[in-house]
Amino acid sequence: MGKTFSKPRALTDVPTHYCPGCTHGVAHRLVAETIDELGIRGKTVGIAPVGCAVLAYNYFDCDFQEAAHGRAPAMATGIKRVRPDLMVFTYQGDGDLASIGMGEIIHAANRGEKFTTIFINNAIYGMTGGQMAPTTMPGQRASTAPAGRDTGSTGMPVKMADLLSALMTPAYVTRQALLSPKHINRAKKAVKKAFEYQMNNTCFSFVELVSTCPTNWGMTPKDALKWAEDTLIPYYELGEFKTPEPEEEQ
Amino acid sequence: MQKEVQFAGFGGQGILLSAKLLAYAAMKQGYNVAWIPSYGPEMRGGTAYCTVVISDRLIGSPIIKTPGHLVAMNRPSLEKFAPAVKPGGIILINSSLIPVRSGRDDVTELVFPVNDVAIEAGTVKSANIVALSAFAAKSGLVDLETLRECIKEEFASKSKVIPINMDAFDRGVKIAQQ
Amino acid sequence: MAKVLMKGNEAIGEAAIKAGCLNYFAYPITPQSEVAEYLAKRLPDVNGTFVQGESEVAVGYMIFGAAGCGERVMTTSSSPGISLMSEALSYIAGARCPAVFVNIMRGGPGLGGILPSQGDYFQATKGGGHGDYHLLVMAPEGVQEAVEMTMKAFPLAEKYRGPVMILGDGLIGQMMEPVEFPDNLYAEPLNNDDWATSGMDKRGADKKNIVKSLFLNPKELNDNNLTLKAQYEQMKKEEVMSEAYNTDTDYKGLIVSYGTMSRVCRTAIDTMKEQGLEIGMIRPKTLFPFPEKEIYDAAAKESCKAVISIELSMGQMVEDVERCVRGIKPVEWYGECGGDIPAPETIADVVQSLLN
Repeated sequence: MGKTFSKPRALTDVPTHYCPGCTHGVAHRLVAETIDELGIRGKTVGIAPVGCAVLAYNYFDCDFQEAAHGRAPAMATGIKRVRPDLMVFTYQGDGDLASIGMGEIIHAANRGEKFTTIFINNAIYGMTGGQMAPTTMPGQRASTAPAGRDTGSTGMPVKMADLLSALMTPAYVTRQALLSPKHINRAKKAVKKAFEYQMNNTCFSFVELVSTCPTNWGMTPKDALKWAEDTLIPYYELGEFKTPEPEEEQ
Repeated sequence: MQKEVQFAGFGGQGILLSAKLLAYAAMKQGYNVAWIPSYGPEMRGGTAYCTVVISDRLIGSPIIKTPGHLVAMNRPSLEKFAPAVKPGGIILINSSLIPVRSGRDDVTELVFPVNDVAIEAGTVKSANIVALSAFAAKSGLVDLETLRECIKEEFASKSKVIPINMDAFDRGVKIAQQ
Repeated sequence: MAKVLMKGNEAIGEAAIKAGCLNYFAYPITPQSEVAEYLAKRLPDVNGTFVQGESEVAVGYMIFGAAGCGERVMTTSSSPGISLMSEALSYIAGARCPAVFVNIMRGGPGLGGILPSQGDYFQATKGGGHGDYHLLVMAPEGVQEAVEMTMKAFPLAEKYRGPVMILGDGLIGQMMEPVEFPDNLYAEPLNNDDWATSGMDKRGADKKNIVKSLFLNPKELNDNNLTLKAQYEQMKKEEVMSEAYNTDTDYKGLIVSYGTMSRVCRTAIDTMKEQGLEIGMIRPKTLFPFPEKEIYDAAAKESCKAVISIELSMGQMVEDVERCVRGIKPVEWYGECGGDIPAPETIADVVQSLLN
């Protein structure tokens, strides 16, 4: 019988700390496969956020820096500007990117920094224990919104891909999901495309990945997938929001 | 030997540049120099003043409360700074804009219509050069030829304005020597 | 090279280039914006990189990212901006990356003012950000020394793999003085292959490098802090710089003063000397490490009746001076911090009345 599964070279052979049913592992794998396929492991620098993925540098087998909460896009700017030959990606969650790091991501995107951001949107703070995120859905319970998110006092969930695609600077902005094999195949194509835009020095590239957090949602992994499909996907529409080529926007 | 010269006027009168050119010439003659501007909101069109310190030793305090000389390009500058000038110093008064005198009898006043002289040279913009050269000639603080070279260097990238400024320079020197 | 007349801020920018630092990130703030204006114009000539960040917070991390790659990098700011960068400084110290920060101090707290101040002494020498770390801090007294200290800062940052700060003030930034850029202060960058995220291909390695400040294991964190501490102890042995003035006399009083303020004190000392009163001065050129022995020895001289710390703050460095003098002589303080710099006459009056 032939080999049907193997670990990407760009991942280390260590068990992750992620919870059962968490989609971080899938997202890691998509990025690692892309690094392998493009043959860029030796010139890639990843940036770990503060959040569940803070230890991502233990799982990826390439150079890594660890940012303060929300500041990964500023760090990526620093790296990419002084070493344009390196391939740089940030890997950030929704508390990190859409709350404390909102300023950094907007400005990096607007400057058209030539790095790639992988944005994990699971509508909750994970590592700190299920607090409300800017992406938490109306009525969704969180430890800091025990009665469910009240949009009257906390506003509506932030749609990052939509927001970033409104900037005038050319960019690749897409939202995909990690809820089914079909989603994952599409997400893989998007991640690869994002890295290719960077490789060709074309533009900033941003891949939002709608993900699950069974632990902090208080659901089984299976129920979490269904809830995400029923609740998140109608609000966080999937698709390509922006590409740098004007004709493709039509 | 240490000499201090305060240049003062409206923002836009070229105060900082006159002071810089004086410092530059003194530096070329081998002196220690410091150019100390006022900075902040004043630089947006209000009062500008700047002190140049010229010394044959290391310059200690760059904070000069009583300058040796004053070049006053407008009335508020004269009224504010004239009382602090050390006895025996020179006070240049731009009578185009200042209808009064320093009220001091222990200083040498050099009074003439700097703006009008500059207009005769071709543009009122060269008033700072007229004042600078007149002051330099009167005080003897720096060599006039060295100062002239410094002005040419400063305007090297705008060579069109060099002749006007040289004319302004000569007019200032002539008035001071009368 | 012939001397040129330059503003302190511009000279610091040129000094960075002369030191081989072609990477600069900054955010505008008075009274140091001329550094960014100068380098925005100058860096393209030398294939350098300048990014105006969206905030000092972001700039701090641009510096962290660039430094983490092992590249020479600098930022400049003024007091409120340094507060915002202090978070990044803590991370950079923890992750052990070399970088140069210049603080052209203005008055505080809060927005304070824009005139010269030395109110950030505590912030620079004792912390600023969270956690157990120090910056190596150098304090120039004028434009030439600002140039020399900026040029020395890069090799020092690499030697200790940590952030180095130049602590100037608004006057040094704004003033023009003749300067030259000593070629001998240029030093080749140290080999950083063993730690920087320069890309595995570039260093021909098959092992990744990780730049991080998170150590969840208590032993690892303690070890990292012990490494930092060992470096601070080494700095205390090898990097202390100070200047003694008029200490070959039987001085009756000893001034400790740094930066712009020390120049005023020097003039005051000259004036008092003419009037028959000898006063000595120790001018710390490094504020961390602090010239502890130099100050103790100078205070211990029999003729010296008292020590006075003169600073543009409400009494910050005086705490270190007291520590160094160890109670053998009385230690006093004088200072102003609204933006006006006391005149030499004021200093002379203060010193004379103190000794009477």
